[in-house]
Amino acid sequence: MDLTLKIWRQEGPQTKGEMKSYPIAGVEEDMSFLEMLDYLNEQLIDQGIEPVVFDHDCREGICGMCSLFINGEAHGPSRKITTCQLHMREFKDGDTIYIEPFRAKAFPIVKDLMVDRSAFDRIQRAGGFISVNTSGNTIDANAIPVPKEDADKAFDAATCIGCGACVATCKNSSAMLFASAKISQFSLLPQGQPEAKERVLNMVNQMDLEGFGNCTNTGACEVECPKGISLENIARMNRDYLLASLSSNK
Amino acid sequence: MALDSKIPAGVLADKWTKHKGEIPLVSPANKRLIDVIVVGTGLAGSSAAASLAEMGYNVKAFCFQDSPRRAHSIAAQGGINAAKNYQNDGDSVYRLFYDTIKGGDYRSREANVHRLAEVSRNIIDQCVAQGVPFARDYGGLLDNRSFGGVQVSRTFYAKGQTGQQLLLGAYSALNRQIAKGRVKMYARHEMQELVVVDGKARGIIAKNLVTGEFERHSAHAVLLCTGGYGNVFFLSTNAMGSNVTAAWKAHRKGAYMANPCFTQIHPTCIPVSGENQSKLTLMSESLRNDGRIWVPAQKEDAEGIRSGTLHPNDIAEEHRDYYLERRYPAFGNLVPRDVASRAAKERCDAGYGVNKTGEAVYLDFAAAIMRYGAEEAHVKGVKNASDADIKALGEKVVEAKYGNLFQMYEKITASNPYKEPMMIYPAVHYTMGGLWVDYNLMTTIPGCFALGEANFSDHGANRLGASALMQGLADGYFVAPYTVGEFLSKDIRTGTISTDSKEFEEAEKLVRERTDKFINNNGTKSVDYFHKRLGKIMWNEVGMARNEKGLKQAISDIKALREEFYANVRVLGSANGMNPELDKAGRVADLMELGELMAKDALERNESCGGHFREEYQSEEGEALRDDEKFTFVSAWEFTGVPAEANLHKEELTFENVELKTRSYK
Repeated sequence: MDLTLKIWRQEGPQTKGEMKSYPIAGVEEDMSFLEMLDYLNEQLIDQGIEPVVFDHDCREGICGMCSLFINGEAHGPSRKITTCQLHMREFKDGDTIYIEPFRAKAFPIVKDLMVDRSAFDRIQRAGGFISVNTSGNTIDANAIPVPKEDADKAFDAATCIGCGACVATCKNSSAMLFASAKISQFSLLPQGQPEAKERVLNMVNQMDLEGFGNCTNTGACEVECPKGISLENIARMNRDYLLASLSSNK
Repeated sequence: MALDSKIPAGVLADKWTKHKGEIPLVSPANKRLIDVIVVGTGLAGSSAAASLAEMGYNVKAFCFQDSPRRAHSIAAQGGINAAKNYQNDGDSVYRLFYDTIKGGDYRSREANVHRLAEVSRNIIDQCVAQGVPFARDYGGLLDNRSFGGVQVSRTFYAKGQTGQQLLLGAYSALNRQIAKGRVKMYARHEMQELVVVDGKARGIIAKNLVTGEFERHSAHAVLLCTGGYGNVFFLSTNAMGSNVTAAWKAHRKGAYMANPCFTQIHPTCIPVSGENQSKLTLMSESLRNDGRIWVPAQKEDAEGIRSGTLHPNDIAEEHRDYYLERRYPAFGNLVPRDVASRAAKERCDAGYGVNKTGEAVYLDFAAAIMRYGAEEAHVKGVKNASDADIKALGEKVVEAKYGNLFQMYEKITASNPYKEPMMIYPAVHYTMGGLWVDYNLMTTIPGCFALGEANFSDHGANRLGASALMQGLADGYFVAPYTVGEFLSKDIRTGTISTDSKEFEEAEKLVRERTDKFINNNGTKSVDYFHKRLGKIMWNEVGMARNEKGLKQAISDIKALREEFYANVRVLGSANGMNPELDKAGRVADLMELGELMAKDALERNESCGGHFREEYQSEEGEALRDDEKFTFVSAWEFTGVPAEANLHKEELTFENVELKTRSYK
């Protein structure tokens, strides 16, 4: 199929970017979206034009490195997938496709379609862990039974890949789905209890410091999340946050 | 240099405990004076960095991704083995040890493998304490499943995302240390050169991939946790960025490469669909618990399917060839990966393959769906359930077990695996070979260690499913943090290593020259153009089946390709600032040298073992023929300037606890 790509090009964080138009012919429907961009880049190199920079790595929907706002949607038109899992059969011959980076104040652009999501790492460092040393001499794993339902819910929250689609989609650029996924995972498990209060206070605090907005329950994040992380997690985080604020000694 | 594997003396089961007790300790006050560099933040790297920092060393960790959480360990699907015997099916440390040795086709070190089996149990305890949400049964206890090559259920899992959950666990431990200031994290940084001072690894030259700047980082020891080199085949299940550069730079500086030809071709991947494909996607081995693998028994049927006139569901049961069940009745669909891969290739080469390209076989869940459905109907007390009801119930069970994998498959192929069998074909997945290390995981360069997939030590010629995660975490959490003590205990008075030395100077100069050469090359072909050609040579001649003629051809073809690459590669943009094409060029340059060494290694190993199948050495039934008399050794290659002219050093493998037998899964 033949397509017209409108792609955001920006040399660096401080320079001004713009949408540039690239016609592309011979795209096959079995190509993934990123393979289509590889294909474009090969042609650009042949023409002596610098290839488009975008983040990607595992190309199987789990590393969370790929991003892209495609035709106004994080990770494109399909649900519960990342951009690398989007295939060109979702588009048709003659389509014009708009490709932009994830946009948020806390995600500055590095180059072209690549953004800096290190704010997410800093939120995790504020409390996204259980303080246990790695000696291996903890108690036997089966000495901590966890009801299956809780374990399953904790797992569902823990599947967050940290891609940032939730932030890019949210009109407030809120990172609450991201932060709440980790907070919920530990909140649902007995191992997470001793530090639960501090964790929620510190992680939410860091989220605010990074310049992410607040949640207004629009729910767009849940729709665009490639892993289907539930809004329920935000509710759980808010409840935990309220409890912690009222009862913490700090 | 004679290879000293430093295997401790004594009874197998006591070696590790005894050795651990004898490794010199570094006092807490002295640990603060010692710097350690960890390159790579997958399971091995994250866990090592976290553990070393927790012990008190100053750690610098590097990863080329934008966050340590994205290392490719994240993509491991099926599970992690541990000899917990929670299922009461007769598992033990010895059995896990034995299965791993046998699965590796008797080409790994007994002492290393036993240590791995011993610490496997601690991994599960550790991960659960960290909040890793493993799958649980209705009693709230941990659940297990089976993997290929074993007859017990010892695999712990978190749906089809076990690697993700374990890596996020290690990442959380790493984050805890970063937050304390014990680890300094350098994301979007790639190691470009190892710096060796007075014969010891004392630092690295790293490139800041965002600014293009080269940075000098010194340390008392360098740990390479940089994964495998499957991307030498271009198409593999590795991430796009996975590369051999860090390990190869160490190799060029004196670290031996061990068994580089031992490559794991995973039997269950989504088949290649077209020329523009950038990677292959794995379908977890866990699917072989319930999926039955078959091709049509009659060639006409296979042809009909390939031309699109027949549908797999039209082929009657008696016209299907469940070739694994037929050839290997004892293990059936759960034979080890190398065996399953070769069997698929054999059927496809014989003309029974099923997709358009003829290079695919079926993985069918219909029987499992009906079996689970009937069970569910019984449990729920549904009387006189129709086939459709049973099928619907069964599909729910299968969805709970493998939902994310089925969804992934459907997204890529646009075919629904609940309704028609999956199509799969073998693809490059894992490399058992890697940097040679002694029992302390130290390479032949003092102070340079290799952990996880980057080393060669535990899997012999074939890795069993769910053992890569086990090894990565074992090395990082429980082995290296102790064994580095032997080397570092001598460094308590050394003081900070200066980065102003001539060794750093020279290493940086080398890196700059390499970079400038690419930028100023003014060639006409892209990096990928060469990488794809390299991949084709590797897959055709150094892939699932190898022979002398092909391997010799590969060596000369790769040489020629390398020359062409340096003469004609085109890298646009500048060396200042972000330039992913430039980074890729450096990686592919190293893969090209490695490819040549792999072919050389495969050529010299005149036997078939594990993932290394030489067509000249097979039985009449097409099974691999090992030659224990001549080849019970590790091939450790010393770089001499040209990969194919590397010097071979042999580490003889002695088996004191296991009898060498022909592997049989029949």
